[in-house]
Amino acid sequence: MARMKFLCDAERCIECNACVTACKNENEVPWGINRRRVVTINDGEPGERSLSVACMHCSDPPCLAVCPVDVFYQTEEGVVLHSKDLCIGCGYCFYACPFGAPQFPQVGNFGSRGKMDKCTFCAGGPEENHSAAEFKKYGRNRLAEGKLPLCAEMCATKALLAGDGDVVSDIYRERVVQRGFGSGAWGWGRAYPGPQG
Amino acid sequence: MARAILSARWGSAFRAALACLAVLLSLACATADPAGAQSSVRPPANAVTSATPRPDALRSTAPSRGVQPTDVTGGRVPGNALGSRSSAEMWQALRRGVTGTVSIPDRNAALLVQSQGETWRALRTGPIPLWSAIALGATFALLVVFFLVRGRIRIDSGLSGRTITRFNDLERMAHWLLAVSFLVLAITGLTITFGKTVLIPILGKEAFSIAAAWGKWLHNYVAFAFMAGLVLVFVIWVKDNLLSLYDFVWIAKGGGLLVKGVHPPAKKFNFGQKVIFWLVLLGGLSLSLSGLALLFPFSFSLFADTFALLNRIGFDLPTELAPVQEMQLATLWHAIVAYGLLCVIIAHIYIGTIGMEGAFSAMGSGEVDLNWAKEHHSLWVEEVQKAEPGAGESASRQAAPAE
Repeated sequence: MARMKFLCDAERCIECNACVTACKNENEVPWGINRRRVVTINDGEPGERSLSVACMHCSDPPCLAVCPVDVFYQTEEGVVLHSKDLCIGCGYCFYACPFGAPQFPQVGNFGSRGKMDKCTFCAGGPEENHSAAEFKKYGRNRLAEGKLPLCAEMCATKALLAGDGDVVSDIYRERVVQRGFGSGAWGWGRAYPGPQG
Repeated sequence: MARAILSARWGSAFRAALACLAVLLSLACATADPAGAQSSVRPPANAVTSATPRPDALRSTAPSRGVQPTDVTGGRVPGNALGSRSSAEMWQALRRGVTGTVSIPDRNAALLVQSQGETWRALRTGPIPLWSAIALGATFALLVVFFLVRGRIRIDSGLSGRTITRFNDLERMAHWLLAVSFLVLAITGLTITFGKTVLIPILGKEAFSIAAAWGKWLHNYVAFAFMAGLVLVFVIWVKDNLLSLYDFVWIAKGGGLLVKGVHPPAKKFNFGQKVIFWLVLLGGLSLSLSGLALLFPFSFSLFADTFALLNRIGFDLPTELAPVQEMQLATLWHAIVAYGLLCVIIAHIYIGTIGMEGAFSAMGSGEVDLNWAKEHHSLWVEEVQKAEPGAGESASRQAAPAE
């Protein structure tokens, strides 16, 4: 069974935001929610880098660990999904996530959070595959169609890679060898690398 | 499946042909150049490039070879910038929470990695539930021991049958507003901390989720009743809760709690009650402020401001906090203060109900037995009777028809 991973190659990302747009369109993400975003470091300065970031589908999901109502689950392919039926919108997953992946629509008064929304690796949710309920709550289930997340599939510079972690890392390793220099395989593996990381 | 899709992107016939050509070329180069295939994908040694120069490439640009260096920076990007080489420092800085820029409206999203989330997770899944459970358990255990040793604190001189008004309607309304709202907040708060381990195995995820969702709404809205109660209680009782000389006598005699028949003098509130009052007010204030910070996410810099104040008196705390750090600290602090205050309140409930005979009616009907009042609040009884002679007598006349 493949272990699904995202990898964004900072040497290739040109901050075109096509992945952000593709995600919003494909999954019909509600207003105010960004499942994916592009962060630019040192914008306009020499050494500028951009990274597309969404849920990294970590091996030790902190969101799953802290959720007080236990809505998260990890599929056999390593994709971290959650049930919007069970979510109470407490925001704990957002505090625990290193990448700011969980998003909350504002409903009601104050800053009241609605049910959490995040990148599903285009793998839907606990509803039946391709059902209307699944699409409404979680967006497209491309994985069940044998397709990979649209953000990576349509990345023009192939900076954003998605798929079997072994294949993705092979491609990335080839690139590093070809380029003759390395780069941090960003957000790869565990959410928090620990004291040595 | 995924492998097939990925490779499909690389595998058009045209690309395959190109790849074959590249392999042939590199083989040809390998025979000619001992540096091997590597040089086939590299520019010539004297070319202008932003790639990491190999040591021999650097040497080759030396004037001794008779070739003028075309790039004075030796292959580096001008301006001593990173160029297209990776920088361990940059990635480490990102791990430490460097903020970039984003083009979406949510500016908080510009923070790429917040490593404090690890600390938050560790505290939230470990020490917070563990120590709050220990604190609550220890409070219960102490009260049980106290009850077994001391028993119910009786009115030593027995019931007089005459009562005196201890708390009027406004005072009782304020107390119960605060008390009921606190209990609702405490129970819904406990649900968030312990529900996953205690209630989900009993109720199942679906039922617990419904309960927790209701709990969240109750917690958010009842909070305002709690804050109103806090203000009322402060305004009504602050004058009676200032430290007085009698309090030292009360402390010296252990409040008369430990020995039967000992009743140190007290005004309206004894020292123990004053401690509860100030703990509730300060704890309640702290809970309200951190709670408001959570209720209006990313709106306040509560902890940065508090840390700045604390730094003035010699602390060395960070004052540059990312919005998500403010929220993390608010949740942690909110939980710590809440469980501390809950322990205090459990002890308060004990002494106001089963722990002491005649105490509950003070907050129930508002009337207390005169003998109880004389034993526990002797100076207050004198004050009341001086101000309105016959206090305690009138109550007995009201009670007369029933006898």
